[in-house]
Amino acid sequence: MTALSIKNLKKTYNNGFVALKGLDLDVQRGDFFALLGPNGAGKSTLIGIISSLVNKTSGLVSIFGHDLDKDNVAAKTCIGVVPQEVNFNQFETSMSVVMNQAGYYGIPRKQALLRTEQCLRQMELWDKRDVVSRRLSGGMKRRLMIARAMVHSPRLLILDEPTAGVDIEIRRSMWEMMQEVNKQGTTIILTTHYLEEAESLCRNIAIINNGQIIEKSAMSSLLSRLHTDHFVLDIARPLSVAPVIEGYDIVLNADTVLDVAVPKSHGLNRLFQALSEQHIEVQSLRNKSNRLEQLFLDLVQ
Amino acid sequence: MNYSVAFFTILFKEIRRFTRIWPQTLLPPAITTALYFLIFGKLIGDRIGLVHGVSYMDYIVPGIILMSVISHSYSNVVSSFYSTKFQRHIEELLVAPVPNYVILAGYVCGGIARGVLVGVVVAGISMMFTHTTILHWDIAAAVFVLTATLFALAGFINAVFADSFDDISIIPNFVLTPLSYLGGVFYSVAMLPGIWQKIAQANPILYMINAFRYGMIGVSDVQIELAFAMTGGFIVFLTALSLLLLHKGIGIKN
Ligand SMILES: Nc1ncnc2c1ncn2[C@@H]1O[C@H](COP(=O)(O)OP(=O)(O)O)[C@@H](O)[C@H]1O
Ligand SMILES: [Mg+2]
Repeated sequence: MTALSIKNLKKTYNNGFVALKGLDLDVQRGDFFALLGPNGAGKSTLIGIISSLVNKTSGLVSIFGHDLDKDNVAAKTCIGVVPQEVNFNQFETSMSVVMNQAGYYGIPRKQALLRTEQCLRQMELWDKRDVVSRRLSGGMKRRLMIARAMVHSPRLLILDEPTAGVDIEIRRSMWEMMQEVNKQGTTIILTTHYLEEAESLCRNIAIINNGQIIEKSAMSSLLSRLHTDHFVLDIARPLSVAPVIEGYDIVLNADTVLDVAVPKSHGLNRLFQALSEQHIEVQSLRNKSNRLEQLFLDLVQ
Repeated sequence: MNYSVAFFTILFKEIRRFTRIWPQTLLPPAITTALYFLIFGKLIGDRIGLVHGVSYMDYIVPGIILMSVISHSYSNVVSSFYSTKFQRHIEELLVAPVPNYVILAGYVCGGIARGVLVGVVVAGISMMFTHTTILHWDIAAAVFVLTATLFALAGFINAVFADSFDDISIIPNFVLTPLSYLGGVFYSVAMLPGIWQKIAQANPILYMINAFRYGMIGVSDVQIELAFAMTGGFIVFLTALSLLLLHKGIGIKN
């Protein structure tokens, strides 16, 4: 069953700007799905329409088989949304932000209290429950929005750049939290700027640019399509010029660091052979991040 | 689906909001009222004598109570719903399966609650200056609640259209306050010179104030039935307009 199905979705804003130009997308239940795209591609617009915050111009959206127009209560009940920007009442405590949201979903108070506690604990915010939300740190505000989005146990959780602007440590812990949620059976759709994030979290991916989907595939097949791998080599003795080896593109990055582009067809063996023939001793080798980055740039340009 | 949980969530959130900031919401009307009674009632009133057979102090009590109901039910909804829009937590309601009428009912009832509470505080203070008894409880209570409802709805519509904090203070300052003062809070229309009597009768607030005054002390410049019909008509119209605006997502959705 598809968790989300979108057919020919179009959006023209009031000022005449066409943000979505007939978009089709299916996300299977249980998936961890990445929606990637440069700024202004239309990611937030798409999420806005799915979550009833933006009126679509035309097209169909259905969530777990419930049409968003015809069966709006069932559809809305299936979705939890974490928006790109903070949008809770900054004067209320973390607890009441989540409790109110539970109330809007019609969850009776007793049950809402239990569920609120669970969600705040899962997001490691339980000890901040009485803190006025305005006083939370940036990372905590994000986590509060995730807790709020999960309070009604949605089957589909949509996060719009949840880790933008949070530091690396918190980002990692949020990844773990999201993976945990996904493991418990919730379908997750994530938009992000960090390609590394999509690469390490998501199983399937769509790339959106100028209001259109330009790429849709499994993450693994997308990555395997890369014809060239990039490696960084640390060498024992300093060089003044980069060695020239046929078939490989080598750049001297520092006097003991080489950046090498390795075509899949050539492999590494020939490279090492050639290097040792030139008496260059390689001490260590690492994969240059970010492979996806390169692909992404190729696609959107 | 049962929407009572959502409704009460909004309503209690609204009530918590204005009670939390009581120095801004409940204290000022108490002080202003005390001043009105001190200045207009005690100092000036004694020189005016009887109006329609009652003391001036007693004559102005109903108007002062209703004026505070008007301004507080209005300002509660306009500022709360505007800040809901401005801080964007309106989105919490839009993503959830909450029908528009429940959103409207929640905010309007929040405004009514504030209007009624302030009205009761003001009435309590007026009792410290005079001992008016309420002649027709049913009429007084009905006008009290209907007026609060009408102005809560009007505040909601103002908030829907508002784009800045200026927009939420224009109507209260330049329309509501003058119309309330001109609506016969401090005088009987009969005291006005000829043509002004006619002009005053075009002011809807005049009808509500007089109907309330009738409920409290039994005197009125207008027909009570007309006042009820007018208030009811406005409520129906403003409710329909609010629901239409919400349905179209004006000022709320792109
Ligand atoms: N309310 C709006 N009115 C007009 N144009 C808008 C509005 N919101 C977004 N846009 C435009 O639509 C495009 C897509 O925006 P958005 O969906 O926010 O992109 P993303 O989230 O991918 O960065 C952008 O060019 C943006 O300027
Ligand atoms: Mg965005």
